[in-house]
Amino acid sequence: MTNVVEQNRFAELIAASDDEVVTHSFVRDVPISAGRTLALVTLDNGRDHTRPTTLGPVTLVEFAATLDTLKERAGRGEIAGVAVTGKPFFLAAGADLSKVGSITSRAVGKQMAELGHYALGKLSNLGVPSFVFINGLALGGGLEIGLNADYRTIDRNTPGVALPEVFLGIIPGWGGTWLLPNLIGIENALKVVIENPLKNNRMLTGQEAFTLGIADAIFDSVSFLEHSIAWADGVIAGTTKVKRANAPGKIERAVKWDIAIGVATKMLENRIGRVAKSPYKALELLKAAKNTDRAAGFAAEDEALAELISGDQFEASIYAFNLVQKRTKRPAGAPDKKLAKPVTQVGVIGAGLMASQFALLFVRRLKVPVIITDLDQTRVDKGVAYIHTEIDALLEKKRISPDESNRLKALVTGTVDKADFAECDWVIEAVFEELGVKQDVFADVEQYLSETAVLATNTSSLSVEQIGAKLKHPERLVGFHFFNPVAVMPLVEVVNTPQTDDATLSTAMVTAAKLFKNAVITTDTPGFVVNRILAKVLGEAMNAVDTGTPFETVEESTKPFGLPMTPFELLELVGLTVGAHVLDTHHAAFPDRFFESANLHKLAELGHIFERDSHGKVTGIDKKARAIVAGGTTPMTAEELRTRIEDGLADEVHRMLESNVVEAAEDIDLCLILGAGYPFQMGGVTPYLDRVGASERVFHDTFHHPILRGVQ
Amino acid sequence: MAERHEVVFVDGVRTPFGRAGEKGMYWNTRADDLIVKAIVGLLERNPDVPKDRIDEVAIAATTQQGDQGLTLGRTAALLAGLPKSVPGFAIDRMCAGAMTSVTTLASGIAFGAYDLALAGGVEHMGRHPMGFGADPNPRFLSEKLVSGEALNMGSTAERIHDRFPELTKERSDRYALASQQKAAAGYENGKLQPDLIPVSIRSESGWGLATRDEALRPETTLEGLAGLKTPFRPHGRVTAGNASGLNDGATISLLASEATAKELGLTAKMKLVSFAFAGVEPEIMGIGPVPSTEKALKKAGLSITDIGLFELNEAFAVQVLSLLDHFGIADDDPRVNQWGGAIAMGHPLASSGVRLMIQLAAQFKERPDVRYGLTAMCVGLGQGGSVIWENPYFDGKKKK
Repeated sequence: MTNVVEQNRFAELIAASDDEVVTHSFVRDVPISAGRTLALVTLDNGRDHTRPTTLGPVTLVEFAATLDTLKERAGRGEIAGVAVTGKPFFLAAGADLSKVGSITSRAVGKQMAELGHYALGKLSNLGVPSFVFINGLALGGGLEIGLNADYRTIDRNTPGVALPEVFLGIIPGWGGTWLLPNLIGIENALKVVIENPLKNNRMLTGQEAFTLGIADAIFDSVSFLEHSIAWADGVIAGTTKVKRANAPGKIERAVKWDIAIGVATKMLENRIGRVAKSPYKALELLKAAKNTDRAAGFAAEDEALAELISGDQFEASIYAFNLVQKRTKRPAGAPDKKLAKPVTQVGVIGAGLMASQFALLFVRRLKVPVIITDLDQTRVDKGVAYIHTEIDALLEKKRISPDESNRLKALVTGTVDKADFAECDWVIEAVFEELGVKQDVFADVEQYLSETAVLATNTSSLSVEQIGAKLKHPERLVGFHFFNPVAVMPLVEVVNTPQTDDATLSTAMVTAAKLFKNAVITTDTPGFVVNRILAKVLGEAMNAVDTGTPFETVEESTKPFGLPMTPFELLELVGLTVGAHVLDTHHAAFPDRFFESANLHKLAELGHIFERDSHGKVTGIDKKARAIVAGGTTPMTAEELRTRIEDGLADEVHRMLESNVVEAAEDIDLCLILGAGYPFQMGGVTPYLDRVGASERVFHDTFHHPILRGVQ
Repeated sequence: MAERHEVVFVDGVRTPFGRAGEKGMYWNTRADDLIVKAIVGLLERNPDVPKDRIDEVAIAATTQQGDQGLTLGRTAALLAGLPKSVPGFAIDRMCAGAMTSVTTLASGIAFGAYDLALAGGVEHMGRHPMGFGADPNPRFLSEKLVSGEALNMGSTAERIHDRFPELTKERSDRYALASQQKAAAGYENGKLQPDLIPVSIRSESGWGLATRDEALRPETTLEGLAGLKTPFRPHGRVTAGNASGLNDGATISLLASEATAKELGLTAKMKLVSFAFAGVEPEIMGIGPVPSTEKALKKAGLSITDIGLFELNEAFAVQVLSLLDHFGIADDDPRVNQWGGAIAMGHPLASSGVRLMIQLAAQFKERPDVRYGLTAMCVGLGQGGSVIWENPYFDGKKKK
């Protein structure tokens, strides 16, 4: 009964987990050769494929008790091996996130880490060989079940194998950071633990996991379990020898290991800066795994996980993860999907680069005829040719088949006669960003359209309502604001004007989903969400340099946010001219809160802010740029400016919520995460503003109640 | 003109047979998965067979709907990972489905249309109870084309007892007991296991592995059999004990022209001699194998005394006995169903024909003194099917 005593260590955790969807450990004996028996453990939560198996405290304790029983049976010679597999399509999708989010103290956080080691670690100490048959999704703790076993097989069609912890602000702390590098080598382990999670949580296929050495054998799905059992039989019988080509040798430990860690650290610093804690903690653990033993490695994981799991960044990351996973699926304020009108033909007004990108996206996702139009045949031909070239490129990359390529190309046509738009039920414009032009274009095309066709504008800075001022049916107009590059960025701001009717709004939301975009509904206010926030930050940054703060100090000021780039890098990315225009329009709309910058227009004429080497790498601030902004007399310190920006953001977000630009703070955060790459560890922006005190300073309250922060 | 060819049975495998129904081991396993796993298993143990040379896949099922629908031969081929260039189709002759898959594709091989072919069958009687969803034409009854009892297989077996009063219940029970004992011995001696493809099986209490037939009852006694109910008639003779049960399972065989087998270095386990199907009154369908066997023997120019081994499908004990009596063979003749039959192992309708062939092929290898063997079975609605095979291992020497 020792395990009862041991399990008392985890009493607090288990008590907090009474509503856990428990994944049970079912054992069945399987006969193998020579009269031996393999005990086969199935992890199954009794739900269908829509509820993946997860690992909560109760689950882990049951798993541990099951392994204890099997160890006793092994001792009695009843079983010759133990194998673990999952219900169809899942090994396990990792720790139960609904549970780790409710950790109440660092001590409880540490228990969570220790419980994982306690339960999973038993796989390495059964007295008989242990196997994990990775039959499906194996994420985080799910994959760590496998890593703790002696041997692994994998299903070739496993859709996802990953250790995504770093993506969520923690580390793979149930053995992952110690076991993985010692199994597949440090470079491969870095890829799985650090690189992939930061590539927007990329996952490995079964084949990739096998190639990296995570699994010892790979089998087709059709008879995966049968083959895995037969393979385990061979290993137990001694007829199958397991070779691990990627397991680190002496030279790797002596030489390569530290170098790889060094390279990874530099790359990480360049890419995301030093704010996010979890990747660096993971690096530290991976580094130590070179010459520590399993017990020391696991103990270090316990400490690291306890620290991170009870910290601010994890809390914000889980919040952000839930926004991206759940809130995107049920957009706030979206009307009934049944109201949406079918989109069977699309018209795109404009044949420039942006318009062509729209046309490409619509034809690829909706697979309906797409007609583009512009002022003259030359532009139209150029647009169609561009789209065809892009389709050819997809064909060349084997992303689409030759048949599909033919189909898509045939669907894209061009015209200079807007009468050809008569059959379109969705018309989107991407013409010059000028109110009069857009008004006229829509009024012109409307005469050819059916009464029910929906009109969408991609404006980023104009009033959608005013764009529709000359329409006979303004209720059919909606804003549909993409982010660049259109094919990649997952966000669309759907702008709901006072006139927009529910059928139109619903059509926009349903269409966005069919384009594989996440849509957030905003009111028709300047900058909508993303540009308004960016304009705030960039305006403050330009104002700071305009008034004498050095560029470097400005860059320093926003470092603690952990944003993907500094304000000036962002300005160069969107284009200085566009940036200056964004500041101008926001200043015009809110002159008392948003800065315009004459210097930015001059910098736009110069064409750049940074000095770069021949590889395009930033080497410093361009001297001419410095000269342009010279003359300010009231420089700020980085800290002063950061407080200004934080307070400015808290104020602006608060105003946006007061005036119902979006439904909730969550929607602002979602927009910033998806449309501006704001990091999970900030939780978008509002959890950060709460936890640094900006919300309290500005409006004497917080966005979230209770505020989202760690328990330390 | 296509060249005419000799046809050989290269290899055959099957899944273990399960007990149909909620408590059966395959309750959570799809029928198509059963046949697909059998195909994969067959191809894995014949790695020298170039998959793109397979010219046809015929899979039989009696109830062709749901997971037994969608032209099974084609879907199973795709699911088993055969090249998309390999065609396939579904076939149905009720209990003789797999046998008909074999004879149909063998005919194609003989004609020169195919070099290599996969022939088999599947029946998941748990998911597809016999006759489920059937819609017999009312003319059958209104014009007395067949009696209502013809659609109830148990009743047709009782009718055999009526017609041949010497076929007593006691003889049936004794035959059934022997089938159980022979099957138990077959397993004990490892005769049956080599041709079984293990199947992973899911239950609410986790994954397991099916490695042997589920319905075997080695503990059967004559007394026990005598006490069983006769569900088809009060005071009848047919019981659950002297009949095959309701089962789930799949079988598959690889057929080739003799020339192709030689070209690819494949060893033939059996050579096709002749086959025949014959019709009888539906009300007494169990005697079907008698005329079909007569017909097949005649076509082969053989007599019953030339047959050294028999694999007869035991739909009902009485139905096997009727054939044995007809040909003057003793109830306990050691040439008949040496390792037991469907009464012990089960009879997943459309899959059983190939099970007979698998067992005959295994016996041929052990018995070079035997030249010819017979696989035969009765078929619902009054038919019989018989296939005569020649033993490639035959050495012309008498058994010592």
